[in-house]
Amino acid sequence: MCVGRRAPSRLAAAAAPIVSVLGALAAGAIVLAASGVNPLAAYGALVSEPFGSAFGWSETLVKAAPLVLTGLAVLLPARMRLWNIGAEGQLQCGAIAAAGVAVFTAAGRSPLAVPSILAAGMAAGAVWCLVPAVLRAVLAVNETITTLLMNYVALLLVDFLIYGPWQDPQGRGFPLSPVLPAPSRLPVLVPGTRIHLGVALALLAVPAVAAILTRTRWGFEIRVIGDNPDAARYAGMDLRRNIILVMAAAGALAGLAGAGEVSAVSGRLQQGLSPGYGYTGIIVAWLARLHPAATVLVAVLLGGLFLGGDALQISLHLPIAIVYMLQGLIFFFVLGGEQLARYGVCFRKRPAAAAEHRA
Amino acid sequence: MIPPASLRSVEMRGITKRFPGVTANDGVDFTAAPGEIHALLGENGAGKSTLMKILYGFYAPDAGEIRVHGTHKVWRSPGDALRAGLGMVFQQFMLVPSLSVVQNVLLALPPRGWRLDERAAASRLAAEAARYGMAVHPRAQVWQLGVGEQQRVEILKLLARGAGILILDEPTAVLTPQEAHSLFATLRRLADEGRTVIVITHKLSEVMAVSDRVTVLRAGRVVGTIPTARTSLWDLARMMVGRESFDLQDRAPVPPGPVVLEIRHLWADGDRGRDALRDVSLDVRAGEIVGVAGVAGNGQRELAEVVAGLRRPTRGRICIAGSTLAGADPRAAIRAGLGHVPEDRLGTGVAPHLSVADNLVLKRYREAAFGRGPRLDRAAVNEAARGLIEAYGIQTPSPDAPAGALSGGNLQRLILAREISAHPQALVAFHPTRGLDIAATEAVHRALLDQRPRGTGVLLISEDLDEVLQLSDRVAVLCGGRVMAVARPGDVTVEQIGLLMGGAREALSGTTA
Amino acid sequence: MSPAAVAVLAAAVRAGTPVLFATLGEIFAERSGVLNLGVEGMMLVGALAGFVTTVRTGHPWLGLLAAAAAGAALSLVHAVLSISLRANQIASGLALTIFGTGLSASLGRSYIGVPAAGFQPFPLPGLGDIPILGPMLFRQDALVYLSYALVAAAWYALYRTRWGLELRAVGERPEAADAMGVDVARVRYGCVAIGGVLAGVGGAYLSTAYTSMWIENMTAGRGWIAVALVIFATWDPLRAVLGAYLFGGVNALQLYLQASGTGLPVYLLLMAPYVFTMVVLVIATRGTVRRRLGTPAALSLSYSRDGG
Repeated sequence: MCVGRRAPSRLAAAAAPIVSVLGALAAGAIVLAASGVNPLAAYGALVSEPFGSAFGWSETLVKAAPLVLTGLAVLLPARMRLWNIGAEGQLQCGAIAAAGVAVFTAAGRSPLAVPSILAAGMAAGAVWCLVPAVLRAVLAVNETITTLLMNYVALLLVDFLIYGPWQDPQGRGFPLSPVLPAPSRLPVLVPGTRIHLGVALALLAVPAVAAILTRTRWGFEIRVIGDNPDAARYAGMDLRRNIILVMAAAGALAGLAGAGEVSAVSGRLQQGLSPGYGYTGIIVAWLARLHPAATVLVAVLLGGLFLGGDALQISLHLPIAIVYMLQGLIFFFVLGGEQLARYGVCFRKRPAAAAEHRA
Repeated sequence: MIPPASLRSVEMRGITKRFPGVTANDGVDFTAAPGEIHALLGENGAGKSTLMKILYGFYAPDAGEIRVHGTHKVWRSPGDALRAGLGMVFQQFMLVPSLSVVQNVLLALPPRGWRLDERAAASRLAAEAARYGMAVHPRAQVWQLGVGEQQRVEILKLLARGAGILILDEPTAVLTPQEAHSLFATLRRLADEGRTVIVITHKLSEVMAVSDRVTVLRAGRVVGTIPTARTSLWDLARMMVGRESFDLQDRAPVPPGPVVLEIRHLWADGDRGRDALRDVSLDVRAGEIVGVAGVAGNGQRELAEVVAGLRRPTRGRICIAGSTLAGADPRAAIRAGLGHVPEDRLGTGVAPHLSVADNLVLKRYREAAFGRGPRLDRAAVNEAARGLIEAYGIQTPSPDAPAGALSGGNLQRLILAREISAHPQALVAFHPTRGLDIAATEAVHRALLDQRPRGTGVLLISEDLDEVLQLSDRVAVLCGGRVMAVARPGDVTVEQIGLLMGGAREALSGTTA
Repeated sequence: MSPAAVAVLAAAVRAGTPVLFATLGEIFAERSGVLNLGVEGMMLVGALAGFVTTVRTGHPWLGLLAAAAAGAALSLVHAVLSISLRANQIASGLALTIFGTGLSASLGRSYIGVPAAGFQPFPLPGLGDIPILGPMLFRQDALVYLSYALVAAAWYALYRTRWGLELRAVGERPEAADAMGVDVARVRYGCVAIGGVLAGVGGAYLSTAYTSMWIENMTAGRGWIAVALVIFATWDPLRAVLGAYLFGGVNALQLYLQASGTGLPVYLLLMAPYVFTMVVLVIATRGTVRRRLGTPAALSLSYSRDGG
């Protein structure tokens, strides 16, 4: 089998993502059926829970908010051909810093508590991301692996804190930090739901990132470097500086997600703050084809999938991991679908004429 | 003196090959005989490489036929030609750099079992190399070798496959004179054994030194095939260039101003070896066009890159309008007032997926006119872009269309518009018309000539000798990384320039710049 | 040398072995020019497949086969996407890791807490009695011995066979290999599959020899560490041994420090292997950049004859 160059068909390009997702669900159904689960029942729950009611929609938005932010945290460096696989760790660090400021400083009880903890979360995420960024910019160390390894360190840092110095003295030995004081909790914006300030901030981050990319000199540099680094160098742009700035911004976005989760959703630093929002952010960015606005749509879909996964756990006693399996399948099918739409497939040997056009 | 049919190993008849917009070969006849070294001579773009790639099965001809040892052949791929006993050494070697010499040769051989016996292969290889007077180290890694030795490995690979007809594309382009000399000795030995050796070259002295016969190509047609012994450097130069004189473009005299680009004792390494530039000194004055003539790969790229701050010189210095550039800093060169029309329009000159408007401000987006603080004012960018599109006649559906979708001519208009509108003190233009049609070429020429009254100094680097001679106030000839001579176009003949491009410095004895 | 030190060294070998398997496999894939970031996912699925088969059949060797097959199956998904469909190799590898993590955790839930009769250590006659080296290297389980043989076999295959020559050429300059009649896609498929088999085996080592139990996400980043160690090893099987045992050593040492109660917080000790891997990566990168050596030149670039 080989793929040949073909004029991309507009219809194929438009249909590819939809067909890909349906293909992924079909493949997922096979796995579900093989493990003794009725796929229709499972998919029914997956759809009806997040999208079947107004409350479902609100909960989906709560899950989508961190995905928008981690999606942007992957998207922004990817625009410069950098892979930030570390949004998960940056999110955890944002949560740590937000919780730390809220619980252990006076700022956490002041009227300025909310901006303080959000700023702390963003700063911590940025700092966490700066380590791989500087290594990449100065020493050319592969940022894919380092951002990922930093995730494990961040998760262990959370464990260290909640089993150690930050453990709640009233927590009966559970690995939990003290509850964040009320002034540090992000306000709920829509009564009767859990839609909080962080959701609004995530939705504001989308046009902000889009504006950076299209309406600032910095964004101009990012787009040029991402499209053609040689042209960027030719035009006198500083590649190293941009690597560091972009990665720091990405870390700040993921850190904001972490601050939002700890302050509005869990209310304390604990394990399982994120069901893998950082990793899913990679899929969000890829499915959005690196367009900021599209992250909202993809994040709502994948946020719904997380919510549906919670429902499956309760109603069908299925593990939440099914969600990751489906996410992986969707990623596979979208990748393959994109390529098929781009190139088309031929199942025979290349004709001699095709080989002539090189050199 | 065409050899009788029984003695022709290669026979090409009426070969025609068209590429979009250009006929590379137009009814070409070519024959070569066993035991001879046959030079294929011509300027860049004369169609030499195309002809040989057709012979080697890389391209299919649009018309004409190929006979090898008298048998009519239609190749489907280079593999067919390889199996029929042909072998070609490309300018870009087909070697795996991280493998050793003997491993590269083993890879070329058909598999003999799953085990590798490198030791036996190495001693066979050493014996074979010694037989043809080629110094190689079988166990050395290819990346550690100089280009000369890599070339010998390529030849040994072909010999190991039993190639009886060898084609070498510009084999001395990357060699030192000493290496070239020993290559010729090897080629002679191969020919003496009855192999056919075809050498593509543009170097006249080389033709005279090594070949038995020479076929001269010009603009895709054969000018003639003659025994080397019955010709001379001067005859060959005339056949290759095809004209006695050239027209100077009409232009008003512009009194040269102060030096705006000063290059002093510049040395630089190239991507493929050391000292691609050797002690280059050149001045370009305001209002002056200085042309750099030469055959590709003689230091032109390195010269353009060093001046533009994209490559670090190993020695020497560059001054642009009075400010000395340190190391490799493209932004400093831009600030000092350098414009640069790069060699690779699409690969370096633009961000192809970004819009025409974005690309028009690629170097100017920091200017205050395009927004305050961090903001980039799209409206201002688009307005400036519209003005430039209009002024330079860039054909684009809209300022928002991706630059990569433009035709070559329009892409070059875009780059010129950007570089010239920045009012540079000095402008480096590298192959500014390569691959462009006549209208676009004229537009580029006009734009370059317009720089003279504006007081911009232009360094025009081009393989197109006509272009260099037509546009330039002075011409420098580059060969082997050195400036062979600097002359006024009116003071030299085309033959003299051709000889200098071929490395014959004595061509200009008595003439001064 | 104190018995405790020897015990730590033996533990280092055991802790390094799963990473060694995965690193060897990834060396083959990357040498042929295919970057597979799905090692973590393949190890997890291999660990589960090996464990389940061992529990169900009672034969750890059958478990090993199942793990190898599972790893190979997953790797072929990556191969189809990245070689035939020329998809982005980084994205495809990440998808594989996400999928493998989810699949293993979904299917393995009912096996949490189930005991298995996995591989048991046994001394090699004669060799096991050598002071220090004996207890360190030759009183291990069968899979550790298998890994010794694999290192030698990998080295031999890479450097002493026609196939090894072809695969190195394919990873460095596919167009040169293609011009010499080597089937680039076929070589790459084979190497990616080897990567999958060995990642699966590495996973099985964790679940049937190192611990003899199944835990969700039990690889804990070892697949990623293997990817980093490939760079440290400069794509060389012998240097992979050094890297894997260094990692194992750090792991064993932090476990020893935990057990001996030095008062150092457990969770900070647990960070050591990851921090160590990053340090190693920095050192290795500086080395490879300086010498411009090691990295297969065509790594993560898809190949087609017309250059598309």
